[in-house]
Amino acid sequence: MVHSIKDANKMSNLHQTSTSVLKEIYTKLFKIRTVEETIAKKYTEWEMRCPTHLSTGQEGIAAGVCQALLKDDYVLSTHRSHAHYLAKGGDLNKMIAEIYGKESGCSKGRGGSMHLIDKNVGFMGSTSIVGGTIPLAAGLALSSQLKKESKIACVFFGDAATEEGVFFETINFAAVKNLPILFICENNLYSVYSPLECRQPVNRKIFEMVNGIGIPSVAGNGNDALETYYKSKKFVDEIRNGDGPRFIELSTYRWREHCGPFFDNDIGYRSETEFESWKLRDPLLNFENQLIKIKKIPQEVIDTVKTEIKREVIEAFQFADESPFPDVSELYSNIYSGDTN
Amino acid sequence: MPRIINFAQAINEAFVQAMEIDKNVICYGLGVDDPKGVFGTTIGLQTKYGKERVFDIPASENAMTGIAIGASMAGIRPVMTHQRLDFSLLSLDQIINNAAKFHYMFGGQHKIPITIRMIVGRGWGQGPTHSQNLQALFAHIPGLKVVMPTTPYDAKGLLLSSIFDDNPVIFIEHRWLHNMEGDVPENDYRIEIGKSSQINEGNDITIVSMSYMTVEAIHAVEILKDHDINCDLIDLRSVKPIDWSSIHKSIKKTGRLLVLDTGVTEGSIAGEIIANVCENCWNDLKEQPHRICLPGTPTPTSYSLTKAYYKRSETIINTVSKMMNKDLDGYVLVDRKDLPHDVPGDWFKGPF
Ligand SMILES: Cc1ncc(C[n+]2csc(CCOP(=O)(O)OP(=O)(O)O)c2C)c(N)n1
Ligand SMILES: [Mg+2]
Repeated sequence: MVHSIKDANKMSNLHQTSTSVLKEIYTKLFKIRTVEETIAKKYTEWEMRCPTHLSTGQEGIAAGVCQALLKDDYVLSTHRSHAHYLAKGGDLNKMIAEIYGKESGCSKGRGGSMHLIDKNVGFMGSTSIVGGTIPLAAGLALSSQLKKESKIACVFFGDAATEEGVFFETINFAAVKNLPILFICENNLYSVYSPLECRQPVNRKIFEMVNGIGIPSVAGNGNDALETYYKSKKFVDEIRNGDGPRFIELSTYRWREHCGPFFDNDIGYRSETEFESWKLRDPLLNFENQLIKIKKIPQEVIDTVKTEIKREVIEAFQFADESPFPDVSELYSNIYSGDTN
Repeated sequence: MPRIINFAQAINEAFVQAMEIDKNVICYGLGVDDPKGVFGTTIGLQTKYGKERVFDIPASENAMTGIAIGASMAGIRPVMTHQRLDFSLLSLDQIINNAAKFHYMFGGQHKIPITIRMIVGRGWGQGPTHSQNLQALFAHIPGLKVVMPTTPYDAKGLLLSSIFDDNPVIFIEHRWLHNMEGDVPENDYRIEIGKSSQINEGNDITIVSMSYMTVEAIHAVEILKDHDINCDLIDLRSVKPIDWSSIHKSIKKTGRLLVLDTGVTEGSIAGEIIANVCENCWNDLKEQPHRICLPGTPTPTSYSLTKAYYKRSETIINTVSKMMNKDLDGYVLVDRKDLPHDVPGDWFKGPF
């Protein structure tokens, strides 16, 4: 049933979107969810021995934004990078192997969950220092501008990253230089256990502030992958057209604890009620229900996607399990470029 | 009767006493008022002293350090906390260009009584950006004091001294020490910055150590004693300034020096100590000094690589044994009770 104009818009968005795009977005959403929840389940075997930040509940942003990007476009990310890596098409086997510290991992076991990379699909790296990759994305955008390429750069970061000096310095420079860059702020209301209210003025919106700095910016519902997709697509087209940087603030909510596999609504920094209200806005389930409702994608196709991804995930964990650890003799390799070691 | 509390509680107690003594002491940093209270070190402070003096901050390390410096110029004594030393690197400009300079650069007219707590991670894949031991970087800067307590007793006494010191003090805590227990008097006591502590007395060799490496050294020294090697074990407590006279005195007695450092070999505090001892005690040395530090690579994340990366009691025993012309095998002598190498004990389960 259509309850409001907003719902009506949503349905018309759904109807006008091609089946292949809908299927691709769904596939991304389901893949991220399945990978994250499998990690959560297996983490307590204590063999993924690195700090791991899961994106369960936040899939809508990665899926929608990356659907609007091209394979050659650059993406950079943060400590919470699994979703972005997967949505951009990053190799699943290498990601899981990386979390297990294996030589076959995307960073050869040197980086762990927080330091993912897959240059084959433009995923240029994620790092654990808050705000650290924001200027790097602008640097990649600058390179694209200098080389007169059509590639754009896209950087994902959390609400807390917008408090770092490097964020302001970067958006200012991006605006000055009209850089081809898309800034995506995932506002999940928290930085670890710290609510937004104690870090940013209550009535100030991040996207409005960025608008004030001179970058066209909008906000959106990050748990609605289709809305995220259309907002990103419009901006990506403008950026590629040479119109300069764009910024989107997307609201969302992390379901599990900041770092690690558990739920932590009981420790007191946020309420179970708040969590439950966000859980109703499940980016995966809502998308799936809508797909079923409009009958554009037959149930069998959805079921095949699910079966296929579940198989891929099982295989990725097997791959990681069977891969060897880095050899101790390799401790000193790759400190400098040009090392023969 | 000894009063046993752990390192994190000792830090907390120092906070409480400092905030009682002087209402100008304030405490801020990411998560200082959250349910975990920075590994327990800041638990309860906001309830006791209110939101004006104990507060969470935006993720703005550089500005918040500058704000501490500014407040301190007007007599506030800010204590800023970083859950990892690595995060403080965003504030190097304020620390090095302002905090370390303002007293000197204005002819002694400004005092900058700030304390910056930095926690060093280790294990559970903390990796390249969550486990850097950069004490040498800070110690290299004239105008900064740098302390690295090992025991709960020293943690409390040194934090109190740091807070009431009129200079910027970098206070480095090793994550693996927070659950370490020890005797801590209830009263207000201070440990002089720049004074080392003698942990064990022996005539054969001087071991100079710091922070978590001292814990490994204590195990090694006990085992070495069973094999008739007696070590003078000096825990530095301060790596800037360094307690040279205690080190020189010990070298005169033993003629041998081994330095243990939690940081990377090149450009290390250990290198500084060896240089100083060579300059000042050349004739007392019976043989060349040695050091055990980290290899010159970023910290790897993988479990298999950290095993080779970190040095433990085993290596200390083997090095001392070689220096004493003995033939001991630390790997046989140290009983690790099958604990994985990347955790300090049962209490520590990832991800932090
Ligand atoms: C410079 C820096 N300061 C502090 C931290 C510790 N830290 C790790 S993740 C995190 C939360 C960041 O919150 P946000 O940017 O909103 O991302 P979220 O975790 O919510 O996805 C913090 C403070 C860090 N990694 N780097
Ligand atoms: Mg956040």
